[in-house]
Amino acid sequence: MNDMVFATAFYILAGITILSAVGVVFLKNIVHSAFLLALAFFGVAGIYVLLNAEFLAAVQLLVYGGAIAVLIAFGVMLIQRRDMSSSNPDAAWSPLGLGMAVMAMVVFIAAIVLTQFPVTNVAPEFSVEGLARLLLTDYVVAFEAAAVLLLAAMVGAIILAKGAKEA
Amino acid sequence: MNSNPDLLTSLAGSIRSVLSPLIGNPDGVDMAMYGVGLLAVITLIFTNAVILVWGERKVAGFMQSRYGPNRLGPWGLFQSIADVLKLMSKEDYRPKLVDKWVWALAPIIMFAPAVAAYAVLPFGKDLVPVDLNIGIFYFIAVSSITTIPLLMAGWGSNNKYSLIGGMRAVAQMVSYEIPLVFSMLGAIMLVGSLKMSSIVEAQSHIWFVFLQPVAFLVYVIAATAETNRAPFDLVEGESEIVAGPLTEYSGMRWAMFFLGEYANLLAVSAIASAVFLGGWQPLPLPGALGDMMHAIPGWIWFALKTYIMIFVFMWFRWTFPRFRVDQLMGFGWKVLLPLSLANILVTGVGIFLYRVAIGG
Repeated sequence: MNDMVFATAFYILAGITILSAVGVVFLKNIVHSAFLLALAFFGVAGIYVLLNAEFLAAVQLLVYGGAIAVLIAFGVMLIQRRDMSSSNPDAAWSPLGLGMAVMAMVVFIAAIVLTQFPVTNVAPEFSVEGLARLLLTDYVVAFEAAAVLLLAAMVGAIILAKGAKEA
Repeated sequence: MNSNPDLLTSLAGSIRSVLSPLIGNPDGVDMAMYGVGLLAVITLIFTNAVILVWGERKVAGFMQSRYGPNRLGPWGLFQSIADVLKLMSKEDYRPKLVDKWVWALAPIIMFAPAVAAYAVLPFGKDLVPVDLNIGIFYFIAVSSITTIPLLMAGWGSNNKYSLIGGMRAVAQMVSYEIPLVFSMLGAIMLVGSLKMSSIVEAQSHIWFVFLQPVAFLVYVIAATAETNRAPFDLVEGESEIVAGPLTEYSGMRWAMFFLGEYANLLAVSAIASAVFLGGWQPLPLPGALGDMMHAIPGWIWFALKTYIMIFVFMWFRWTFPRFRVDQLMGFGWKVLLPLSLANILVTGVGIFLYRVAIGG
């Protein structure tokens, strides 16, 4: 791809991602925050496309598109307020949140700096088949563990919703 | 298979040869050709919506033993033009207490995934706008976003019926997405590729509707639910919640939702014809009859199959009564999901046995 087109696309997508992420934090209405979170995920998916990771981008859209919708549904149901326009208060907990965010950032940066990434100029030939082979051979334990974890979470959610006696 | 370039591919070729000397840079020409493709897709969506608005009323009339529109032009053909003029001349009315941005953006965002999904539809041989490696998966991912604008409309309207409709949209579309994807998985397993062109090529001998009849059935039902059409139109459910998320919209804003809805209907029908009905492949008939079938260009076959699917969806709409919410969820999770999972299992075992049988 043309370098200039690549750079322009990257800055536009990065701008969308960062601005909407800032909006998620600073907007007062929690529903607006959630919609902007969807936009931020969308921007990240765009960056994946630029990195030739189309499969990852599609997964990002598929998983988070539905997840955001469900998040809003629960947000509206669980936050019992008549007026949603100030449902995302940020004052009381902001120092603690800032501290946590800085700590997470330090960990991320350290991990990125300390890892040796294998770098080539050529994008590796992508195939879903290769991905599936990796998931079902090298990473099969992690894959199965994640499956069991999700199943446990689902069963837990159903029991919580139904009440322990009924279930 | 028809190897001669047909009308549309040669048209694309001649547009390219006109543009190349004008732009020069080959990257620029590629870019411009994407622009031409986008223009073609948007034209298709608008034209199709105009035809379907008329077609739906005619089909409704046919199903209910009445005429449907018959005043304007032959067979009422110009009725939708009058409809469009009416919608465009309506006042752009914004209720006072809506959540301004969310409410105004929802119809526009409704239209975006519908257009984006068309990028991978295989309109004919060499007529796939962008033949992505992950074609069908891209389609699934992009069309899953449709939930968000409906929820935005439901939330932003600041109306309890709209909000109920938006919540129903989430529940329905998130649940029916799973059987929809799983039903296509059987066909994808047979092909071994997610690329739209490979999926269609693989059906040159036998269409997947014959190998995957259960999956086709599940797909058609789940697709009806995904497009929010009767008997799964609980999102709008006019006898219960006015018009659901669309209650507070009028004029062109409302028309955008309609446009998105018909664009989605065309897209799911096109995917049905590509994945299960052989896409641009002609009817497999023996002898001279088969040669005659091959003489018809692929995109005509594709359009024919797609509109047959659309007719089937309209047939559903005017024949079945609406589901109840609990029936809807129960049917999705307790019938369609196990059925599609069983289909995947049977397909896997079938592929394995076939490989053993041919000694692979």
